Amino acid sequence: MMLHPTHRQLLLGLFLIGALACGPVAAFTLEEFAFEDPAQTDSFRDLIGKLRCLVCQNESLAGSQAGVAQDLREEVYRMMQEGKTEDDIIAFLVARYGDFVLYEPPLKPSTYLLWLGPFLFIALGGYLLVRAIRRKQAEPEQELSADERARLKQLLAETDDRQD
Amino acid sequence: MPKSSSRALIPLGLFIGLAALLFYGLRLDPSEIPSPLIDKPAPSFELQTLHDPNRLVTQDIFMGRVSLVNVWASWCPSCRQEHAELMRIAREIDVQVVGLNWKDSRPEARQMLRQYGDPYAINLYDPDNRSGIHWGVYGAPETFVVDGTGIIRHKRIGPIDRTVWETEIRPVVEQYRPDQS
Repeated sequence: MMLHPTHRQLLLGLFLIGALACGPVAAFTLEEFAFEDPAQTDSFRDLIGKLRCLVCQNESLAGSQAGVAQDLREEVYRMMQEGKTEDDIIAFLVARYGDFVLYEPPLKPSTYLLWLGPFLFIALGGYLLVRAIRRKQAEPEQELSADERARLKQLLAETDDRQD
Repeated sequence: MPKSSSRALIPLGLFIGLAALLFYGLRLDPSEIPSPLIDKPAPSFELQTLHDPNRLVTQDIFMGRVSLVNVWASWCPSCRQEHAELMRIAREIDVQVVGLNWKDSRPEARQMLRQYGDPYAINLYDPDNRSGIHWGVYGAPETFVVDGTGIIRHKRIGPIDRTVWETEIRPVVEQYRPDQS
C-alpha cells in the first residue's frame, strides 16, 4: 500500500484522531524538512509514510504528532541529507526498533501465515463450496410415489379453482 | 457415536479454538514491542553526564559488571512511580544503575533527583533523543540489563516494581553477574 490520494485523506483522519490521542505536543509541519531536489522531498514523504510511529501505533511517521515520531523524522531527514538510501534507513530503524517500525510487515517465514492466511481461507472455502455443489448434483432426483403424485394433482387443482 | 453428530461438533471446536486464541490475544500488551537489540552489543555513545557537561562517558562504563540502564525523565509520571524501587535496588543489589536521562532538561532532571534521591551511579544526558534512537527507545521508563561485556540481555518496557524486579529482572542480572558464571 503506497500513499495514494485517498490514503492521504485517511492519514489526515488518523492524524486528527492521533492529535487527540497523543495529547498536545508541539505541532509539526512537513515543510520544515526541505530538500534541494523536489524528488527527494517526495521520497522523504513516501518513506515516512511507510514507517510506524511506535507511540501512536496506528499512525505512520508522516502523520504522528508524538515527540518520538518527530525525533525519528529528523533522524530520517538527517540520513537522507547524508545521502543514505531508503534501504539503508529502513535497515537502520529495523535494527533498533524491529520489524514493528515498518507499517507493512515484511514477507518472511514468521509472517507467511499473516500474508497467505486469507488466500488459504478463500481456497478452503472454495473447496468446501465446490464439494457441496458436486454432492448436491450427484444426488439422484427424488421420484414422487403414486400417492404423492395424486396429492400433488389435488393441491394444484385446488389452487386452480381458487384463482377462478 | 454416529458420524453426523461428531461432524456437528466441528463448528463448536472451531469456536473454542478461536475464542482461546482471541483470549490469549487480549492478554498481550500491543504497546510492548519486542526489542531486536537483545543479545546484541549496547550501542556506542559519547554523552555528557547529567551532572557535569564537561564529563563525557562512553559504552566502556558497562565493562566488568552488570548494569541496569534506566531510561527516565522528570516529566514522566511512571518514572516517578518506579523511583523508590530503583533507590532500593541501588542500595541493596550489586548492580550498576545507569540513568539515561531522556528528552529532559538538566535543571528539571536534577531537581527531581534532589527531591526524591539519586539511585544512579552515572547519569547520561540525552536531551534530544540522539542516543535513545540507537537503543530503540520509544517511551519512558524503559530499562535494559547490560552484562559485563556490554551485551544487552533484557529490556523492560514500563515501570519496575518489586514484582517486576523479582520475576523479570533479577534472574537476568544474576545470570550474567561475572563472578557467578
